[in-house]
Amino acid sequence: MRKAFLPLLVLTGAMFAYAPVMIAGAPYESTMLLVQKIFYFHVPSWFAMFTGVFVAGLAGVWFLARTDERGDRVAVSASEIALMFGAMGLTSGPIWAKRAWGVAWQWDAKLTIALLLELIFVAYLLLRKYGGAGSEKLAAAVALFGMAVVPFVYYAVNIWRTIHPSNSVVPSLEPGMFGPFWFCVMTFMLFFLVLLALRVRVERLRTDLDELYRAEES
Amino acid sequence: MLKRLALVLFLMTGVAAPVLAQQTPTTSQEKFVPIDQLPPEEKLPAAPFLISAYAIVWLIAMFYIWTVWQRVNKLETEFRALERRGHKDAAR
Repeated sequence: MRKAFLPLLVLTGAMFAYAPVMIAGAPYESTMLLVQKIFYFHVPSWFAMFTGVFVAGLAGVWFLARTDERGDRVAVSASEIALMFGAMGLTSGPIWAKRAWGVAWQWDAKLTIALLLELIFVAYLLLRKYGGAGSEKLAAAVALFGMAVVPFVYYAVNIWRTIHPSNSVVPSLEPGMFGPFWFCVMTFMLFFLVLLALRVRVERLRTDLDELYRAEES
Repeated sequence: MLKRLALVLFLMTGVAAPVLAQQTPTTSQEKFVPIDQLPPEEKLPAAPFLISAYAIVWLIAMFYIWTVWQRVNKLETEFRALERRGHKDAAR
């Protein structure tokens, strides 16, 4: 991963730079027109958030089952990144909604569960920061709980009546929208991967430093 | 202190947006008016929304990268300090 990091970073930067060109060239949606283009960053940010949540949850299981510190490092890194992508989704969504629905926020099922998912990961990071020794195991369980919430966020539109568009939007996109959309999804996924690699490295450096301090004290 | 404040602000970004965005319904919201029948002064232009949404996404990403950068710098400083201490001890 270390060898691939720099090319991946350059590729992600290039894709982020090119994404607005692709989005500008995408056709307009017939009812929302220009503001619908928020979709190209809003939906991929949730895809990346869900990926982060799954990585954190699975790494948490790995940590709980094997007591392997690597699992904990991945879990804490992925949780932090998932929170960042969630913040992107929760801020770009209301901006889009204000123009499209006339109201920025509705306490409907989809939006409320998405906010709860974000709060679960706020709780995760607060637990890691202030929970003291042994909080890793409890935090791993919180990440697992967060992973279990993801299907509720995704399928909320099918289960409850909500103002949010249904999950069939992506498969029913116009052909001209497919390219820019999947390009943005890939860009966000690469960004997630690059950030995860970087953040895990920081976590490993921190563990090494702690070990050096312990060795110095003894 | 500043770091803690920055962390709390970061954590609250995603939480505060919808809460602040919540509106109390007014009497004018109780009846339905189709969007194409709205007077021009009540129609919102799309471009500022699009630009602010992209700007916020970029700002969040930049802010996160900055926090990671700060942590890397802090760790490197601590490593260097430990290394210097190690050299001094070896010289004695």
